[in-house]
Amino acid sequence: MKALLVGVIAATLSVPAIAQKKYDAGANDREIKIGNTNPYSGPASAYGQIGKAIAAYFKMVNDQGGINGRKIDFVSYDDSYSPPKTVEMARKLVEQDQVLFLFQTLGTPSNTAIHKYMNTMKVPQLNVATGATKWNDPQNFKWTMGWQPNYQTEGRIYAKHIMATKPNAKVAILYQNDDYGKDYLKGMEDGFGAQASKYIVAKASYEVTDPTVDSQIVQLQASGADTFFNITTPKFAAQAIRKAYDIGWKPVQYLNNVSISVGSVLTPAGLDKSVGLITAAYLKEPTDARWANDKGLEPFRAFMKKYMPDANIADNFNIYGYTVGSTLAAAIKQCGDDLTRENVMRQSANLKNLRLETLLPGITITTTPSDYAPIEAVQLQRFNGKQWELFGDVMTSQ
Amino acid sequence: MSKRTLVIGIVLLAVVCTLPFIVSNYRTFQLTLVLVYAIALLGLNILTGYNGQISLGHGAFYALGAYCTAILMDHWGVPYWATIPVAGAVCLVVGFLFGLPALRLEGLYLALATFALGVAMPQLLKYHLLEKWTGGVQGIVIMKPSPPFGLPLNPDQWLYFFTLAIGAVMFILGYNLIRGRIGRALVAIRDQHIAAEAMGIHNALYKSLAFGVSAMFTGVAGALGAVAVQFVAPDSFNIFLSIVFLVGIVVGGLASIPGALYGALFIQFVPNIADEISKAAPWAIFGVFMIGFVYLMPTGVAGAVRLITSRRRA
Repeated sequence: MKALLVGVIAATLSVPAIAQKKYDAGANDREIKIGNTNPYSGPASAYGQIGKAIAAYFKMVNDQGGINGRKIDFVSYDDSYSPPKTVEMARKLVEQDQVLFLFQTLGTPSNTAIHKYMNTMKVPQLNVATGATKWNDPQNFKWTMGWQPNYQTEGRIYAKHIMATKPNAKVAILYQNDDYGKDYLKGMEDGFGAQASKYIVAKASYEVTDPTVDSQIVQLQASGADTFFNITTPKFAAQAIRKAYDIGWKPVQYLNNVSISVGSVLTPAGLDKSVGLITAAYLKEPTDARWANDKGLEPFRAFMKKYMPDANIADNFNIYGYTVGSTLAAAIKQCGDDLTRENVMRQSANLKNLRLETLLPGITITTTPSDYAPIEAVQLQRFNGKQWELFGDVMTSQ
Repeated sequence: MSKRTLVIGIVLLAVVCTLPFIVSNYRTFQLTLVLVYAIALLGLNILTGYNGQISLGHGAFYALGAYCTAILMDHWGVPYWATIPVAGAVCLVVGFLFGLPALRLEGLYLALATFALGVAMPQLLKYHLLEKWTGGVQGIVIMKPSPPFGLPLNPDQWLYFFTLAIGAVMFILGYNLIRGRIGRALVAIRDQHIAAEAMGIHNALYKSLAFGVSAMFTGVAGALGAVAVQFVAPDSFNIFLSIVFLVGIVVGGLASIPGALYGALFIQFVPNIADEISKAAPWAIFGVFMIGFVYLMPTGVAGAVRLITSRRRA
């Protein structure tokens, strides 16, 4: 009897979800409603380009027949990068517009503001647009997932590279004194592990409110370090690179991915002063000569031409939006006809070596129910005075 | 009070009390924010509308109130309702003290000084020595209060009524303040400060008081806002908030108590409408609305309402 019961239960559980159509609010036979907030106005409105790129991406998906026959209704609201507004808009999306889930809500503070709410409501908060590490916490926040390599992962990768190439390195670190800077710092320290105190000889921090980081650079140079990890946002990154060069400090420099823009960081710092910088990347750079005839980028170029004719292809946010949109499309496809919130989360946490052609060769997306970090690999690149040059293999923090 | 205003008052009361049972939880949350903004705008209106001192930094007092509540709740487990008077008191004192030196500044110069306060606030909140309390850029997440005494309300409805009750108290306070001798003194200083002084009004004291009281109202609003949103972070209180408050009182109606409510409705809902119209340039649409309002109702919505009712009577 007991065996029979177990058998019945097992049989019930193993009925494939594909067999019957299952829907939560926001999904039906014809469409899937997805919510999003982005700063289209306000101080961080440059990021709004990501929201526009994603909207254009789903327009393309719909024109091509949708996903499993369902059109995507992408509802995106402006939150001006203001957390209270994000709360309001997230509630509107969930309670009034009845979206199936939220996707790519942008900003660390904005996502923090709705973190608890989304998890209480059991509505997925998928692939948030921030690099903080806290989005990978499936034990406590099952309904929230990040996307891009997080800051700690990146920090660990630099540590790994230093240990492999320069075992006697003396590392000096400059970091912004907030959660972003500390995340990177922790990543590097974790990467060095027990040897952290041997490698790291000096640390200096700055406040976003500081006018310059000149004195910190002088202080770091005085430590006698021969390797420099630069955890700074664009303005300070440019200052640090320039100051180090001007005072004749010539360490091996690692620059965080946040500030790799040639236009807004390296040009003001001086391209000649930036030669030799090392950083990590995971997306193809559409303007890079190497990808000029790349087959993988062709669909992206066609997309830009047809759906975003006015946008600048050199703007990194476009390829970012396109790639994260592709990630979601793959997860939804995997959901089949079971479009419940539970299953959307389950499938998003069950991507196996998903290869997207806008990612650098060799980088794939993998998630599991206990690992909510989709992109964990990056490739290092070095600045040659004109552009970034990839080198070495794809690296992960493992 | 005439019979007519009594009837209007009762109808209005009935409407605000039944609204949360008719509309969705999300709308109830929005209405709670309207009440919060109305209290903040009333505070700013006491200063700018009645006393003629321009403040471009009231977002800072709003932030101060919000952080008082968040820190008290987060660090000491103080119940949310008990933090509201503390936030008000802190803002009263800080506002009064800021008012003392700022007094020497007239008109535009005061506007600049308060602007500095508004700009500095988010950065001060990130300052590393305060980080232990403020949580730095991360901000503070606070718990959503549930209705007490087993009331048959959901948390959103309860928060709405809680805010409504405090809002009512604040509006009655504001009304009495403005209607009495203090209010007359404030208006006299605004209109002709030399004559006011000649009449025996202590200009310096009253102006500082106006600043303090105004900050208190805004601080209470900030505290209620923090409870409603359940999160505070420096990015929530940038200089834009202060400017939006100023827009609110001008659109709603300067030197008008109901004007605060109209202004609150404007700053809560018009940006959303603008966003629906255009993603590319929401603030341009907002600007069009603003110009439209100011052009069609030069004395604010409150002024237009006054005009319509007086015409009808005549």
